[in-house]
Amino acid sequence: MGKKFSGFSRLLARFRGWIQAAATLLTNIHLPNFSKGTLYRGDAKTVCVPGLNCYSCPAATGACPIGSLQAVIGSSKFSFSYYIVGILILFGVLLGRFICGFLCPFGWFQELLHKIPVKKFSTRKLKPLTYLKYVILLVMVILLPALAVNDVGMGDPFFCKYLCPQGVLEGAIPLSIANSGIREALGDLFAWKFFVLVAVVILSMLFYRPFCKWLCPLGAIYALMNKVSLCQMKVDKHKCVSCGKCAKACKMDVDVTKTPNHTECIRCGMCIRACPTKAVGYRYGFGTGKDKAAADAPQKIQLTKEQEEQP
Amino acid sequence: MRLSHGKKIFFQCLLLYAGIVMICYGVWRGEAGTVLSKAIKICLECVGIG
Repeated sequence: MGKKFSGFSRLLARFRGWIQAAATLLTNIHLPNFSKGTLYRGDAKTVCVPGLNCYSCPAATGACPIGSLQAVIGSSKFSFSYYIVGILILFGVLLGRFICGFLCPFGWFQELLHKIPVKKFSTRKLKPLTYLKYVILLVMVILLPALAVNDVGMGDPFFCKYLCPQGVLEGAIPLSIANSGIREALGDLFAWKFFVLVAVVILSMLFYRPFCKWLCPLGAIYALMNKVSLCQMKVDKHKCVSCGKCAKACKMDVDVTKTPNHTECIRCGMCIRACPTKAVGYRYGFGTGKDKAAADAPQKIQLTKEQEEQP
Repeated sequence: MRLSHGKKIFFQCLLLYAGIVMICYGVWRGEAGTVLSKAIKICLECVGIG
């Protein structure tokens, strides 16, 4: 790994908080709408944002990919969404779970909550719960909206309706503050979703990113794409001294030296910052990058022989 | 499952191509309009009214 690229990786990891803040602002750029209690209604809402961000947020710039997927699948016209699945495949291949670590507003929200100084718990023993998000993706986002339909063939967005805390945080709370009509219409469903939000807030203070690890269907999609993503983690085996500091630093319970492109790796770069020998870094490109290393290796040996022959 | 360098490039290119084709096909059959019509209105289910 080149010195230049290692330096860039460290820089990216160091300024991650600022990048998350900027991404959240860009995802919710129409800030004056908060005081008006209305939504942005422009054409940009045809396009999905990469992170989990409710399109009922007054400031939302684009559409939520999970909400849109359910809206199309649950509509009377379509039973599958090529448009949204195509967008998710593109996001997944181009960035993978880098989106979770750098661009998702709800991921950043959970990280900020985790900074509150209360007792922290490890999630290493709760690894089986990471499979729950795949079940939620399959059942609540795909199967139920497509199969549990009414007389006119429309299905409910089950994930948005019963589980997503982002709708309450970004949608219900700001809209009900600014709009008395919405405030009066809130009922039992809001109470349930508010309870889910409070539970996620409390869990986020105790555990690192519990919603991302266990519940997020968008994270599940990007996790499935992590192995084929162009954005990868790279460990230089020649520099690695197997100290284990990277695995200890990882709050997503990943050992980057064993599985650099693990489904749970959100590319947060904590391993990069923890590495004393600068052996860990980001890599962006096609393939595994091994062919280049292999191609470089004989040249290096040849160079050494030539150097030896020189007087 | 570990993918070899060549296979990984193949899958990456295939998925990128598939993603672009799916987006174009989805726009052509009117899915983008459905997304826009949902996204510009307050989602009652999302905010807990529906």
